[in-house]
Amino acid sequence: MKTSTWCVSGTSLSPLDLAFGARRSARPRHSPCGDPDNMQKILKNNAVTGWMMVSPLAAVLFLFLVLPIVMIVVVSFWRATEFSIIPAFEFDNYEFLFGSSVTYTVFINTFKYAIITWIFTFLIGFTVAYYLAFHIRSLTWQIALFLLCTIPFWTSNIIRMISWIPFLGRNGIANSTLISWGVIDEPLEWLLFSDFSVVLAFVHIYTLFMVVPIFNTMMRIDKSLIEAARDAGASGAQILWNVILPLTKPGIMIGTIFVVTLVMGDFFTVRIMSGSQSANVGRLISNDISLLQYPSASATAIVLLVTVLITIGILLRFVDIRKEL
Amino acid sequence: MTKYTKRNGLSRRTMLKTGVAAAAGTLAAPMVWAQSNIVLRQAGTGVSAFNEIAAKAKEDLGITMEMTALDSDSVTQRVATQPDSFDIADIEYWICKKVWPTGNLQAMDTSKIANYDKIAGTFRSGKLTPTSEIAQGTAPHTVGFTTGVNGTEFVQEESGYMTLIPTIYNADTLGIRPDLIGRPISNWSELLNPEFKGKASILDISSIGIMDMAMVCESMGEITYADKGNMTKEEIDKTMAIFTEAKQNGQFRAFWKSFDESINLMASGEVVIQSMWSPAITAVRSQGIPCVYQPLEEGYRSWGGGMGLAASLEGAKLDAAYEYINWYLSGWVGGFLMRQGYYSAVPETSKLFMSDDEWGFWYEGKESVGDIVSPSGQKLEGPGVIRDGGSFLDRMGAVACWNSVMDENQYMVRKWNEFIAA
Repeated sequence: MKTSTWCVSGTSLSPLDLAFGARRSARPRHSPCGDPDNMQKILKNNAVTGWMMVSPLAAVLFLFLVLPIVMIVVVSFWRATEFSIIPAFEFDNYEFLFGSSVTYTVFINTFKYAIITWIFTFLIGFTVAYYLAFHIRSLTWQIALFLLCTIPFWTSNIIRMISWIPFLGRNGIANSTLISWGVIDEPLEWLLFSDFSVVLAFVHIYTLFMVVPIFNTMMRIDKSLIEAARDAGASGAQILWNVILPLTKPGIMIGTIFVVTLVMGDFFTVRIMSGSQSANVGRLISNDISLLQYPSASATAIVLLVTVLITIGILLRFVDIRKEL
Repeated sequence: MTKYTKRNGLSRRTMLKTGVAAAAGTLAAPMVWAQSNIVLRQAGTGVSAFNEIAAKAKEDLGITMEMTALDSDSVTQRVATQPDSFDIADIEYWICKKVWPTGNLQAMDTSKIANYDKIAGTFRSGKLTPTSEIAQGTAPHTVGFTTGVNGTEFVQEESGYMTLIPTIYNADTLGIRPDLIGRPISNWSELLNPEFKGKASILDISSIGIMDMAMVCESMGEITYADKGNMTKEEIDKTMAIFTEAKQNGQFRAFWKSFDESINLMASGEVVIQSMWSPAITAVRSQGIPCVYQPLEEGYRSWGGGMGLAASLEGAKLDAAYEYINWYLSGWVGGFLMRQGYYSAVPETSKLFMSDDEWGFWYEGKESVGDIVSPSGQKLEGPGVIRDGGSFLDRMGAVACWNSVMDENQYMVRKWNEFIAA
């Protein structure tokens, strides 16, 4: 089927060309259309091999990513009763969504969590990565300490999150310690089931997603650049600001995308750590699902998806991560 | 420990976990009637999904039960959308009202239920005693019968075809920590008393939560409902407004969705007054922490649970399911669940599997003579204690409303979502 496409113009791009830059395909190429029986020639053609190489991935992505999303888009226009969903094409779900002030509050809340969590994960992640990359001299120690960072990943997200609850509770370890030190007289109520505890759990769970990509790009910075900067008289702070930070941008951006998308898509952390009292978009969706309102959940999911895509689109305007990969 | 493993949002994981646990439980049991290799998958609310029951069923019947414990909303979702994922649905009557129209359940022929005549009146005529009033809401008998095996309409009389075979029921009220409150509590309105600011909780399951809210608003004198079980839009709006205001003033510490969460909130002292279920009270007390299932002047909010058969069941599996349900009503399970604080729908048979002291304490509201222990063997009460709320007739006779699904349910659900997000 695709034959026609690359027969019409011998210089059309294959996906592989796109992936590896278009330069190669710009070369004049022998068209296989002249002798269709010659399999060898067809197989040698860049475009054919290109399409063949990407087709398994494309098929997987199509089946497991594109199709489900298309399905969600379709369902978002359906109608629901308490126990069934009815195929339809109507905008009621979107109308209700955009017509409710709760939607806006919840989206603002979602962004608030994402931004605050990003600030903390970035500060902590950058510091940790910087320490590992530039202060630890031996590779063995770097690897050892890096692995140490991943130890929390040996237990599940949920366990790590829930273990905060007895720690932060009204009669928890944090409060009783502070009281016994005489720092406070009354237990601090805002430690648990508050925005504080939600953000704390997010930062705890997702900081490593910031550390890894930043550490990775830092390790690839040519050390001689830093020496050159020092020789040229730059102070430590200047090197950090003018050399390391710009060169680490792709790592920061990758980490940012991880953290922002994870936080914006979360529903469980917010439910558990806020004691069900705060809501983000994920909770709105999960509430709808649990009450069998699939069309309404789909509509919310589509709006969330678009929002996240726009956010990432904006982020990618700042840094061209493809250049660095 | 099935009941402690469920958490909302993790149903698949929980399902695997409970499945494995159930499998492990049944493997350990002696294979007395090992001739059958029938497996029945039971999905239900965690209130009665105990591995002990699965193990005993294997021992007595040779049927392997795979129990899955989910919260009420998830189980509703499962029955409505995944009819092939279960054989027996262990649900509540208000869930039945929601899912019956999907046609995913089949009615049961009461002539095949050996103890049908012994099932409590509440589930048949709706009357606890011949003279009692029927409470507001989705009372079990109103959605308990249908016209035939494939009937889609509910009928009000005993038609010989039951939608669910009743298993357990109870009268719910507020749970309190008497040690942290230090004064008597006797009204539902106390839930919103500013005295308990930041120390109250309500459950985040809309169909049940709205009824607790209604009990509170009525007790405060703010709203008089024509029928709490079937509110108008205005009544829903007013109710939600009162609770949204309370929420924004910081009245609530947290909301809970699965009942292990309610145990943790109460046991840790985060909350001193909240909506609660009977076995959660039992669980808190068995940790040695004082907790009272406080009878209140306005009465109880009640619920009933029962088992429904998947529409796809047929042949040997259907026979096995009937056998299992007959066994369920024959007493052992009833006795087991009565020790959790529930009432068995067939009290006569359950009595045979309980000691006189246990029967006196749990059912008749008499003072305990010896130690009262939970089904897992932990001591709950010493001698000389009376059950909170007293006897069966005292408690079930004071039911003000049943958990419900209203005509305006969809509107209520959206408002509930707004309340949670507010």
